[in-house]
Amino acid sequence: MAAETTEQIDLSAAMILAPATPADWLVVAPVAIPILTGAVLMMIRHQTRLHGALAVTGLTVTFICNVLLLMRVLGEGPQVMTMGRWLPPFGITFAADTLGASLALVASLAALIGALYATVDIGAVGRRYGFYPFMMLMMAGVGGSFLTGDIFNLYVWFEVFLISSFGLLVLGSEKRQLDGATKYAILNLIGTTLFLATVAMLYGAFGTLNMADIARKADGLRDAAPLTTLAVLFLFAFGMKAAAFPVNFWLPASYHTPRIVTAALFGGILTKVGVYGLLRVLVMLFPPERELLSGVIAWAAAATMVVGIMGALAQTDLRRVLGFVVISSVGIMLAGLALGTPGGLAGTIFYAFHSMIVLTALYLLAGVVNGLGGGYSLRTLSGIYTSHPAMTVFALLMMLAAAGLPPASGLWPKIMLVRASIESGLPWLAFAILATGLLTTLALGRVFILTLWRPQVDGTARVTVSPATGYLALLILSIPVLFMGLYPQPVISVAESAADGILDASTYIGTVFPEGGGQ
Amino acid sequence: MSTLIFRTTAPYLASLMVLFSLFVLLRGHNEPGGGFIGGLIAASALAIYGIACGVPSVRRAIYFHPMAISGSGLFLAALSGLVSLFVEQPFLTGQWITLNVLGVPLDLSTVLFFDIGVYLVVVGSITSIALGLEEREHA
Repeated sequence: MAAETTEQIDLSAAMILAPATPADWLVVAPVAIPILTGAVLMMIRHQTRLHGALAVTGLTVTFICNVLLLMRVLGEGPQVMTMGRWLPPFGITFAADTLGASLALVASLAALIGALYATVDIGAVGRRYGFYPFMMLMMAGVGGSFLTGDIFNLYVWFEVFLISSFGLLVLGSEKRQLDGATKYAILNLIGTTLFLATVAMLYGAFGTLNMADIARKADGLRDAAPLTTLAVLFLFAFGMKAAAFPVNFWLPASYHTPRIVTAALFGGILTKVGVYGLLRVLVMLFPPERELLSGVIAWAAAATMVVGIMGALAQTDLRRVLGFVVISSVGIMLAGLALGTPGGLAGTIFYAFHSMIVLTALYLLAGVVNGLGGGYSLRTLSGIYTSHPAMTVFALLMMLAAAGLPPASGLWPKIMLVRASIESGLPWLAFAILATGLLTTLALGRVFILTLWRPQVDGTARVTVSPATGYLALLILSIPVLFMGLYPQPVISVAESAADGILDASTYIGTVFPEGGGQ
Repeated sequence: MSTLIFRTTAPYLASLMVLFSLFVLLRGHNEPGGGFIGGLIAASALAIYGIACGVPSVRRAIYFHPMAISGSGLFLAALSGLVSLFVEQPFLTGQWITLNVLGVPLDLSTVLFFDIGVYLVVVGSITSIALGLEEREHA
C-alpha cells in the first residue's frame, strides 16, 4: 500500500498545501449536511416520528451555514475548496461566488419552510416511504449544483436532485401521480442526457471540466472548437429543466400531481436550478455565444412568459394555475439572460430570489386553502375570507408579489428588467414583462376572488385541518417578501455583485487558480 | 426456481460470493476491484439466495432493511470525508494511519472507509430493488 511505495514522488506540485480552516469548510457544508442528515433518516426509516424534527434541524443548520457562507463571500470574494487536496483542474472544485452562495441560501430557506410545513402535510405513510430522506438528498443536489465549480460535477448534482425528485413525485403511488411522474422523468432524462452529451463534447474540445479553466480557455479555442453548438445545446438542456418555451409542456403535466409540499419545493426551487445553469454556462463561460443567441433567448423568454400566464388564466385547478405561474416566472428570468447587461442580469438574479420564496409560499398557500376548503378546484373553493380572515392577508401579499406590485418583492426586479430592456433597445421585451404582470394580476386576482371573497358555495364539504403550521410557514416567508419589497437596496447590491461576478469571471478564475497555476 | 439442486447449492454459492465480494472490496485500493463492484457481487449473492430460498429468508439473514444498509453506507462515506476537517485539509482528503497488528504493519485510511461506504450503498440499494422484484414474482 502507500507505505510501500519504492520511490518517493514529490506531490507538492500537484497538491494544495495551504491549510483549510473550518471556515473554508463552509463551501461544502450546504452539501455535506443534507447528505449526512438524509443518510441518518434512511437508517431510521421506521421511527417516522423523529423524521420531521431531524430534517428541520438539518435544514436549519444548512441555512445557517449558507448565511455564513454568503457573508464570507460578500466580504472576501469567492470561496474555493478542491476535493481531496488535488490542484484544480484535476480535483473537483467547489467554488462559491455571490451568485451560487446567494441562490443556495434562498433555496435552503424555501426548503426549510417546506420541511416545516411537511410535518403536517406528510403523514406517517409518506414519511415511511421516505419523504424526508428524498427531500434532504434533493437539497444536497440543489446545494451542490449551486456551489460546484466543475461542469461534470454540475451534471452529477443535477442527477442527484432529479432522482430524489422522482422519488418525491411518486410518493403515494396513485395512478395520477405515476402518470405525472412518467412525463416528468422521461422529459427530464432527455434533458440531462443531452446535458451529459454536451459536457462530453465540451471535454473533447477543452480537455478540462473545471468551469474556471473553461472560462479562461474559451477565448483561445473560439476559432477551433464549435463553441456555438455547445452553447445552443446547453441552452436547450438547461432550458428544458427550467421549463422554458417551447420545452415547457412537462411542467404543467406533472406539478399538480404530487403532495403540495413537493410541488412547492419543485416549483420554488428546481426550475431555478435550470435558470442558474443557463446563467453560469452562457454568461460566464460563453459570453460571445450568448450574445449571438440573445435574439432567440429573448423570443423564448417572451413566449414563455405569455404562454405561461395565458395557461394560468385558463385553469380551474389551483395547483395547475400555479404550475403555469411557475413557467411565466421562468420567462421573466430568461429576459435578463437575453439582455446580458449588468442591470438585466441583476434583475434576473433578484427575480430568482423573489420567485423561489413567493412560489414556494403560493403552493403552501394552496395547501392551507385545501385544508380549509377541501379541494383545489376553483369551482368549489369559496368563502375562506369569512371563516379565516388571516388567510386573506397572506394570499393578498403573495399574489401582489407574484404579480410584481408594491409593497411586495416582485416589483423591484421587474423594474430592473424593464429598464434594462428599454436601455438595450428591446421595448417589446419590456412590454412583454409588463403585460405578463397585468395578466398575472388577472389570473391570481381571479383565484383570489373565487377562493376567498366569493361567499360560501352551498354544498361544499368543509375539511377542518388546523392551519396553524401553514400560518407559521407563510408568516416566515412573508418576512423576506416584505423585506425585499420595502427595503430592496441590500438585495439589489447582492444581485448586482452576483451579476458582476459572472460577467467578469477574472475574480472567480483567480480564486480557483491562484497565481495562474494549473495551466 | 425451486429445484432441489439449486436450493441446496444456493446458500453455499451465496456465502462464497459474499466472501469474494469482501475480497474484491479490500483489494480494490491498488488493484482492480473496489466498493462498487464488490457491492454488486454481494447484492447478486443475496439475489440468488432470494430466488432459491425466498425473500423472507433473505430479509431475516441480512437483519437490517436494505435501505437502512444503504443509508449507513452513505453516512460512512460522507463521514470519512469529514475526517480531514480536523487536520485542516480539504473535504475528502485521504488520511492514513499505520497500525501494528501482531508485528504486521496494517495501513488504514479514510479512503478505505469511503469505499466500504460505497459497498454498503450498492449492496443496500441493489438488494432493495432485487428483493422488491422477487417479491412481486412470488406474490
